[in-house]
Amino acid sequence: MAILVMRDRCKGCGLCVDACPFGAIAVEGGLASILGNCTGCGQCVEACGFDAIVRAEGTGSTDLGSYADVWVYAEQRRGVLAPVVVELLGEGRKLAGALGSRLCAALAGSSMDALAGELVAYGADLVYVADDPLLADYTTDAYAKVVCDAIAAHRPEVVLYGATHVGRDLAPRVAARVGTGLTADCTGLEIDPETRRLKQTRPAFGGNLMATIVCPDRRPQMSTVRPGVMDKAVRDGGRKGEVRRLETSLAASDIRTRVVEVVKSVKETVSLTAAEIIVSGGAGLGGPDGFELIKRFADAVGGVVGASRAAVDNGWIGHEHQVGQTGTTVKPRIYFACGISGAIQHLAGMQGSDVIVAVNKNCVAPIFDVADYGIVGDLYEVIPALIEEFGKAAS
Amino acid sequence: MNIVVCAKQVPNSTQVKTNPQTGTIIREGVESVLNPDDANALEAALALKEASPGSTVTVVTMGPPQADDMLRECLAMGADDAVLLCDRRFAGSDTWATSNALAAGIRKLGQVDVVLAGRQATDGDTAQVGPQLAERLDVPQVTYVMACEPKDGKLLVKRQLEDGYELIEIGTPCLLTAVKELNEPRYMSVRGVYDAYDKDIRVWGLDDIGLAQDRVGLDASPTHVFRSFTPDPKGKGVILEGSPRDVAGALAADLRRRHLI
Repeated sequence: MAILVMRDRCKGCGLCVDACPFGAIAVEGGLASILGNCTGCGQCVEACGFDAIVRAEGTGSTDLGSYADVWVYAEQRRGVLAPVVVELLGEGRKLAGALGSRLCAALAGSSMDALAGELVAYGADLVYVADDPLLADYTTDAYAKVVCDAIAAHRPEVVLYGATHVGRDLAPRVAARVGTGLTADCTGLEIDPETRRLKQTRPAFGGNLMATIVCPDRRPQMSTVRPGVMDKAVRDGGRKGEVRRLETSLAASDIRTRVVEVVKSVKETVSLTAAEIIVSGGAGLGGPDGFELIKRFADAVGGVVGASRAAVDNGWIGHEHQVGQTGTTVKPRIYFACGISGAIQHLAGMQGSDVIVAVNKNCVAPIFDVADYGIVGDLYEVIPALIEEFGKAAS
Repeated sequence: MNIVVCAKQVPNSTQVKTNPQTGTIIREGVESVLNPDDANALEAALALKEASPGSTVTVVTMGPPQADDMLRECLAMGADDAVLLCDRRFAGSDTWATSNALAAGIRKLGQVDVVLAGRQATDGDTAQVGPQLAERLDVPQVTYVMACEPKDGKLLVKRQLEDGYELIEIGTPCLLTAVKELNEPRYMSVRGVYDAYDKDIRVWGLDDIGLAQDRVGLDASPTHVFRSFTPDPKGKGVILEGSPRDVAGALAADLRRRHLI
């Protein structure tokens, strides 16, 4: 799809210039002109007051009807399924229902029999298994080969991958080889019943803009899906499904990297910017000992410890924990602000968090203006209750 | 070694804000910068060059003419050479098409030993162009690289995982994508800034890189934007009331229902 300016309607008013997130429109000679860096996002189409900007639909040719089934790439590491796979099976079941097709899992690894059964229990009608000692460690070369071969042989209509460090390594390589589109890090998927197109919604610009992407002319339609977003499939040990082994033609020479070792590290090495959950403490803690409680809370929710400037300036905790304008800007999935009033400099560093939970004694503290959940109370009473509650789930 | 760094000019994304009335992105006063992960890729390239005298570092980008500024910044940091792939017919490329253009540009440079790129750009956040480029160039890849050192004619790299890392040995030619933990990018040197403005940046269009029109641009891209919209503004938050035990229970239940925890 290209963006076109209808010259007879354009007034050269420049509304589209203001609307374009990419600076890809200029008014030249009294008419809007689409520049070379246009991405076809269509913001200008909406913005134009004169219907002078339109999308031109592309045309396609691939034999789309010969592709069928929804596939989930069943990522496993060392024989353990990635948690996102159960979410993909949950979402994949809905898509398969909308398409009237089967839900299949594609599993690659070494000694995979037990996992194949698990995938059936979570709803796969058919599990394709590539089982080979050369697949014992994840390598891009080996895994891309078996997945590409499976796609070529069985022609799925849709393939979903988890947007994990493995999925985001594998899926683009597969997409490039297969010659199809891939949409990254999707948070919403839906089938258009008329066209059978997969409408793939994802955030861009750090979540300031959402885009729905389609892949009209190529198959399979492929997405990586953000972990933790889709509803999980429900396990049913009595479910029946077929397990089919894939012929693999892997040779050691196909693999151009060597995994020397895999090291698991503990949470402490996780930086604030990469943290999914942050538990921050501020002046309301009253002293350095308060961070003991914050640390226990962080451990209970699997998070990282942050702090306000006040706490750092008081010497209660190191500067590396500071969140805010003079510290680190963070964007976790959940930000717990405990005893932090919410000075503007602090808010600037954490407002982008998906969900903010504030615990503070002062019910008019500015932190409550940005909080999704506010708890007015003594944090020394509230946090132990939270630790108990969240600790329950962990065990 | 011939080292190529793929870079992208991105809006300084921390400043990206939307207009609540129109729902569009406010662009005024938003400067363009070198994509942060790409700065780490460039730093890693410069470090490899220093470890292996006689190497060259060439920065390649696909973008509008204004990307010249970013390329000069890369030259000022220490890159030897820069190439701008610029042609209106590249416009609207998705990651599949972008990797075609970059691959064609890099092939024109001749023999390349290491291609470095940032893991992802802050405007699209896809992390797809690196692996797709590796596929086009038919070289092995390691993504999410957080450490890299030459060893016995190969590279020993740490690949970041969600819960640790992998240590991987990879030969050349290869492609690596950098995360910010890889290094601390150096600043431009004063001398480098002076020199950067004397250097010629090569500008190549579609015909220069010998790519067919059906491999690049909007029409060649498998994915299309069906629609884009600004997310609904956050609703007003809720104040949870009751005993500490009650509010803890209510909060946990809601966060679990939303799959946040």
